[in-house]
Amino acid sequence: MSTNILFDAPGPRGRLRNNVLTLLSVVVLAAAAYYVYARFDAKGQWEGEIWKPFLDVSTWTEYIIPGLLGTLKAAGISAVCALVFGAIFGLARLSDHRWVRGVAGAVVETFRAIPLLLLIFFLFFLAPSVFGGGDYTLIALVAGLTLYNGSVLAEIVRAGVRAVPTGQAEAAQAIGLRKSQMMRLVLLPQAVTAMMPAIVSQLVVLLKDTALGYIIAYVDLLNMGFKLIPAVYFGSLIPAAIVIGVIYIALNMSLSALANWLERRTRHSNRTAAQPITPPVDTGAGIPA
Amino acid sequence: MDDLIKYAPDLLAGFLENVKLSLICGALALVLGTVLVAARVAPTPVLRAAGTLYVNVVRNTPLTLVLAFSSLGLSDTIGLTFSETPSTNSFWLVVFGLSAYTATFVCEALRAGINTVPLGQAEAARAIGLTFLQSLRLIILPQAFRTVVAPLGSVMIAMIKNTTVAIAGGYLMESAFRMRDTFDDTGVSIPIFLGLVVAFMAVTLPVGFVTSRLASKLAVAR
Repeated sequence: MSTNILFDAPGPRGRLRNNVLTLLSVVVLAAAAYYVYARFDAKGQWEGEIWKPFLDVSTWTEYIIPGLLGTLKAAGISAVCALVFGAIFGLARLSDHRWVRGVAGAVVETFRAIPLLLLIFFLFFLAPSVFGGGDYTLIALVAGLTLYNGSVLAEIVRAGVRAVPTGQAEAAQAIGLRKSQMMRLVLLPQAVTAMMPAIVSQLVVLLKDTALGYIIAYVDLLNMGFKLIPAVYFGSLIPAAIVIGVIYIALNMSLSALANWLERRTRHSNRTAAQPITPPVDTGAGIPA
Repeated sequence: MDDLIKYAPDLLAGFLENVKLSLICGALALVLGTVLVAARVAPTPVLRAAGTLYVNVVRNTPLTLVLAFSSLGLSDTIGLTFSETPSTNSFWLVVFGLSAYTATFVCEALRAGINTVPLGQAEAARAIGLTFLQSLRLIILPQAFRTVVAPLGSVMIAMIKNTTVAIAGGYLMESAFRMRDTFDDTGVSIPIFLGLVVAFMAVTLPVGFVTSRLASKLAVAR
């Protein structure tokens, strides 16, 4: 149901009512916007002085771009590791051997249920006591993101293979394919197409979650933008928050747009007999920190 | 194991802060999310645009940034304060940030629910002369809520887990901070970590169980 069905093409009274509602909401929203503007203005947050650092090339080359690269590095490594983890454990959950299914299921369910920040803290403190001293911020962040998002991806892989109609597996068996051949040649190629949108959505979650690195002082976009820039350019905290906020929003929205495009394409695709799957909802997957 | 026993009262007190945050933020996020979804389907383009803008901006900003901005930006720089006591102030700042953030996910879940309500329902509501707000309140939202109980439960579980990010908002009483503090003292302790994990699962698993039971019980037969 598209949302504009909720109301009719209005008659004279309806038009009047809608106009009054429009006017009221414009007034209320404008008042709210002005209130925020005035509160910020009272503290001098619109002064050109504190926004000036962002016109400097050096602010970008020394802080923002290295920070962004830190974020992308953590997200890239975690994404690759999580995809591998997800593929292995997702397929293990579909195994014919009960103990393999059981172990994989326990691992996946546990890591999905742990608050990600607790996991990252734990790994951050565990690493030095196992491997000796050193800088473990990246490792802890990547390991935490991998275990958590990998577990969610494992569920997506499982759901994707299950979404392929049973006739496909039966046909594969009928022409005498072995189990591994059936998986490799028939089920997986169709499942991958069906689960692509869900995977990309989960990668958006992963990208956003890299911001948790800020709390363990990993040098990412948030750390550079929100800790270092305000420390160097005194008073630029709010402009810095707005600039890096915009960067995060642009990154996430473009990845989400890619996921939506993939989903639309999959719906009309003849490369798979399965419909695009939605991520499993039962443990808060798909909702990032 | 000794560490866990020694620090258990402290960690439990921290965990109860997470529960408190979850209860307050959960209620606020549900209310704010419902208001947002009403704006997003309103007959007024201005309200629709404002709702869409809010959801897209807040949902795509990392929670860590939202909370850090509430604390360092809104409170320390702009002077938005809820209380004179620093810890109470940061508690309410975290409530503010986490509710504002979670509400966008509540809104999106509800919007998906509204899309499952059959066209005929809205048409029938209009045919008997209900206004937009009446049809939303009496016809559309009750059915939408019933179809999205499970996704809303999922949002709530994610929110409970997200209360640990309160550290970023400068609230240093809850369990993630206390765990880090304890690790600073004693070094890493597996029993303490597992204890907290079990505590969180003891809350999130029943929420998931109850909401999925409710979902099948409340499902609208179509």
